[in-house]
Amino acid sequence: MRAEARIGFILLLTPLLLWLGLLIVIPHIDMLMISLRERISFGVYEPSLTQYDKALTEPLYLRTFWRTAVMSVLATAITLLIAFPVAYYIAKMARGRLQQVLFMLCLIPFYVSELVRTFGWMILLRETGLVSNLLQWTGLADQPVEMLYNDAAMMVGLVYTSMLFMVVPLVTTLESLDDSVVEAGYDLGGSGLSVLREIIIPHAMPGIVSGCIVVFMLSLGNYLTPTMLGGKDSLWFTEMIYNQFIVRSNWELGAAFGFMLLVLSSVIVWGMLRLTGRTLQETMG
Amino acid sequence: MKKTLLTTTCLAVFGLSQAATADTLRLLTWGGYAPDEVVEMFEEQTGHTVEVTKSNNEEMIAKLRATGGGGFDLAQPSQDRIMGPQMEFGIYKPMDLSKIDESLFIPSMLEATKGNTTVNGEVYGVPHVWGTSGLVMNTAEAGDVVKDYTDLCDPALEGKVSYRLKRPTLIGFAFAMGEDPFAAYGDEAKYKEIMEKVEAKLTECKSNVKAYWSGGDELMNLLRSGEVTASMAWDTGGWKLNEDNSDITFVAPASGALGWIDTFVLPAKGQADDVAYEWINFVMQPEVSAKITAAAGNFTASAGADEYAEDALKAKYQDSFPPEAVDNIKWYPPVPAGLEAIEGEVLDRVQAAN
Repeated sequence: MRAEARIGFILLLTPLLLWLGLLIVIPHIDMLMISLRERISFGVYEPSLTQYDKALTEPLYLRTFWRTAVMSVLATAITLLIAFPVAYYIAKMARGRLQQVLFMLCLIPFYVSELVRTFGWMILLRETGLVSNLLQWTGLADQPVEMLYNDAAMMVGLVYTSMLFMVVPLVTTLESLDDSVVEAGYDLGGSGLSVLREIIIPHAMPGIVSGCIVVFMLSLGNYLTPTMLGGKDSLWFTEMIYNQFIVRSNWELGAAFGFMLLVLSSVIVWGMLRLTGRTLQETMG
Repeated sequence: MKKTLLTTTCLAVFGLSQAATADTLRLLTWGGYAPDEVVEMFEEQTGHTVEVTKSNNEEMIAKLRATGGGGFDLAQPSQDRIMGPQMEFGIYKPMDLSKIDESLFIPSMLEATKGNTTVNGEVYGVPHVWGTSGLVMNTAEAGDVVKDYTDLCDPALEGKVSYRLKRPTLIGFAFAMGEDPFAAYGDEAKYKEIMEKVEAKLTECKSNVKAYWSGGDELMNLLRSGEVTASMAWDTGGWKLNEDNSDITFVAPASGALGWIDTFVLPAKGQADDVAYEWINFVMQPEVSAKITAAAGNFTASAGADEYAEDALKAKYQDSFPPEAVDNIKWYPPVPAGLEAIEGEVLDRVQAAN
């Protein structure tokens, strides 16, 4: 009996281990090895730290690196600000059918692929697009307005793309908040603001943190939205990795960039957990 | 060691599903180079099947590099991208020219490609499709201002310009600025100096650019909607747009259009070389080449295919290329290794500049 359970356990574990080992651990080790070498001449490589040296001294790479990090944090914050009231309404104010319908409405944009969604924004925002035409028609603008290819457009795209991943965990945690606790807060003389600060936000913290982590990761690793909506000034770090690997055939530097991104996201997530005084276990469990 | 391990495991996992039969030709090519009609004709005549994967130069090399030259039986990178990658990664295998019917090719183009793709005395490529890049613009709006690449920076065109952030732009601007980057290919210091000048120009020009295009369709949209009036692009793009709007067309710049030749090469681990040779000899027949010209919009290196080409396309070609412009075409020589690293840094800095 016990032996059988053991075999069952091993059988169940194997796919996970294969998944982790073949698709995550081994490729990453290979990447690390690539990032730690330097091309000497045709087909000759030597171990060295040049790639990291280059990545950390060239102002352009560093600037893009920090820009991507700051913009991702900003996108996460904006997503939280927009998603919180939405999630609160769905979880606490809406009842029955309406609740389901609203939840579905959040979900529906995700039925189409990210490419189509991003292209939708391009159609809306471009110079000959809907918004520009509407502004001209109402007389608010006297010539075509270009709203694409800047940081704001990119931010809109990023927030829109990751909205669902913030709303879902927030709705789940907020639903578990007993209404009577909120009422008690008011009965004890709390204002709307203090109830929000003392009761609702502390209760929703696990949802906020896990939502933020997911959204931050998605923004940081996003390739499509920054490339399509961002335009000529907005180089995203993932774009640089793609460029190094595919366009420039410089796998060494690309691999080093990849590792820098991995370290950056790990550090920021760790920092976020430390800041909110939570452990990964609490958040994910 | 790690790589071998990785490859072995991958092979073990995917080997069964991807085992190619000798009768399948896995072709890595550009859009339009293997139109359905031609593929069907070939399959009917020979009984082989053809799997077409569409790509571009950089992706082709990256794909072949990742597998050490496996996964495809025939690839079509540009002739300037054969020598360097072959010396660096060994992803191609030499051609057996006796299996190719050389009489099907335009002799001068065949010789030039052979010369440019020779590594250690072995020939690696034969020509297929050729074309140029230059200026695609709305001649009614920008025709008076733009005569050469550098004119794209004219203040009159602010916010109405688009080009790619890739090496053709660097090379084109260098020629337009009176430099000769191809002559400096062998001299890294000199090349770097030229590229620095180009970088300064492109940075200064940035405010004129609406967006750096990356896909052909993206540029077509920008030009068609009138959001962009002048751009740097391939000749076929201009001719295609010309059908919808007669003001838009391809113009060979004063400093010379940049000429490219896409080739046939055999990936190092290709498994169907004989089918690949059959395919080459098949598509180089004048009638078949004319079909490819009709689909891709570009002319081929097939001798005598001109006779079969559509008159409309011929007329557009003659319009864009008066005889002196043809003589002025700058053909890309093979890119020495190392130069692309310099270009890459320049392009990155231009993109990040404000």
